[in-house]
Amino acid sequence: MSQTSSLHEGSWHLHTVLEQSPGLRMLAETLSDLIDEGHPIVACTADLKYSNGLFRLQDRHPERFLQFGISEQNMVSAAAGLATTGQLPYVATFASFLALLCCEQIRTDVAYPGLPVRLIGHHAGITLGFYGTSHHATEDLAIMRSLAGLAVVAPADGHALAAALRVTIDHPGPIYFRIGRGRDPEVYADGIDFQLGKAIVHGSGSDLTLIATGSSVHPSLEAATRLRERGLSVGVIDVHTVKPLDEEAVLAAAATSRRLMTVEEHSILGGLGGAVAEVLATAGAATPLHRHGIRDEYAVIGPPTHLYRHYRLDADGIVAEVEELLAR
Amino acid sequence: MTPTAAEVALVEEKAQLSREETIRLIQIAKVGHFASAFSCAEILASLYYGVMRLRRGEPDWPDRDRFLFGKGHAAAALYPLLVDWGFFDPEILDGYTRIGNPLGDHPDMSRVPGIDFSSGSLGHALSAGVGMALGGRIDGRDFRVFVLLGDGELNEGQVWEAAMSAAHHETRNLIAIVDRNEYSLDGKVDDVLGIEPVGDKFAAFGWDVHEVDGHDVPSLLGLLRDVAEDGSRDRPAVIIAKTIKGKGVSFMEAELGWHLGYLVPEDEARALAEIRGTA
Repeated sequence: MSQTSSLHEGSWHLHTVLEQSPGLRMLAETLSDLIDEGHPIVACTADLKYSNGLFRLQDRHPERFLQFGISEQNMVSAAAGLATTGQLPYVATFASFLALLCCEQIRTDVAYPGLPVRLIGHHAGITLGFYGTSHHATEDLAIMRSLAGLAVVAPADGHALAAALRVTIDHPGPIYFRIGRGRDPEVYADGIDFQLGKAIVHGSGSDLTLIATGSSVHPSLEAATRLRERGLSVGVIDVHTVKPLDEEAVLAAAATSRRLMTVEEHSILGGLGGAVAEVLATAGAATPLHRHGIRDEYAVIGPPTHLYRHYRLDADGIVAEVEELLAR
Repeated sequence: MTPTAAEVALVEEKAQLSREETIRLIQIAKVGHFASAFSCAEILASLYYGVMRLRRGEPDWPDRDRFLFGKGHAAAALYPLLVDWGFFDPEILDGYTRIGNPLGDHPDMSRVPGIDFSSGSLGHALSAGVGMALGGRIDGRDFRVFVLLGDGELNEGQVWEAAMSAAHHETRNLIAIVDRNEYSLDGKVDDVLGIEPVGDKFAAFGWDVHEVDGHDVPSLLGLLRDVAEDGSRDRPAVIIAKTIKGKGVSFMEAELGWHLGYLVPEDEARALAEIRGTA
């Protein structure tokens, strides 16, 4: 992989994933460790073991790795069958294929019987940049969130992913994990107290609270730092569990902040923004909410970092979005 | 191995039980899949009373053979057999499809003891069966997995994904049975979306293929047993069971419209008399 060093930061050629995606590396490492500890994990993939790094798990535990080839729907239903025999399947493929192509298999075969299948939707959001709309997943949170009995988790970095995988190992029901391409800057290098359904509050702010999930947590933290330097009081909440949502944390922010803004690499319809809006409206909270993310559109194509700039999902963009919001 | 007369008689008796109870249950619901249930009565009875390793009253016995009902719309044919195995109380049958009852038109593994996998959306069951077969193999357990597919169900693309993966992973403990009753809702399967040559298709996908008359109990039971017990096979096997939709009730056999229906009292009496051989 000698070409890695010469690559521009905006590039994401698959061969570089292995070197440049520490977050994804945590997927295979954590699951392999958990197998070492005796958990009956079976890792399933659909011809993407290099993209999601599960080839490393195959190296360590070939007997607990299943290659399904390019048949995602078959893989999800088979994982449900595996779970009925006492195995703990982790099914990994691109989020676009998992949450959209396999939606019905997830609903009917996994969520409805409440089987402990873990669904790893990787390269979610617009991380597959110029591969185009077929490979973008800007609807997965909305779709997965609507399935009864399915928990939805979007860790901010590899450390959060590792903690989430470990903490939820004995969770009796199914979980959808939404992760990116594993190159998210570190948020939790010093550790994370991950509890399913419990948001992590990174300070409160009287002017604004940014409520972010997954890949949007790091840029939101950075944006908050810059906004504070300008004299604003800004808090950030990492909603790593989109479902069940930490309503208490959302309502606490609504009580202390003049404004709320959700930030997500996802459509503003039905995802984190939708979930927070539901909580606020149901509670009768009067705090205005601005939902920031992909509008009701299919994202343009381009290298991911360029797309983050275009859609104002990087720190600069979030700052600009906040400034516009406050100027209204 | 040719089954004994007593073994054949037991299967035939249970097939009759399945048909009689199907009539009763569907009359409670006021609508149901009579003809689909009748075409697989001998298949279900052969599996549950001549082939599968089960323990009475222990629906969750870990080493039991598994059964997946791909054509789950015929679940009414199976529920009475599960009651007969002591998996749940017979009174539950009396509330079939009524609000709060666990028994619906399609089987639900979360609510019905003895149902190994939920179904209703066609095309998923063979995949789930592949997963069960692999799950057993990983743990070194020797249970077999039987999947009953409708012939119309073979129109679903996922069936062929599953067929490919079963052969690739050499799931020799997986046995599919196709209830080849020739009809789906809109007409003859081969007019709606043709599946022939179905045996050749499975063979080309790497399966062992067998054909049998799905109502001829000695042949059906003998073949199912031979295939289930065949330790030399290194691949999954499929049995194409040639059946008659509505089998056992003359007016259902003759008329296509019986995929989904309801019986007026005179027809109910006629149907039961034919099933009991007292017509």
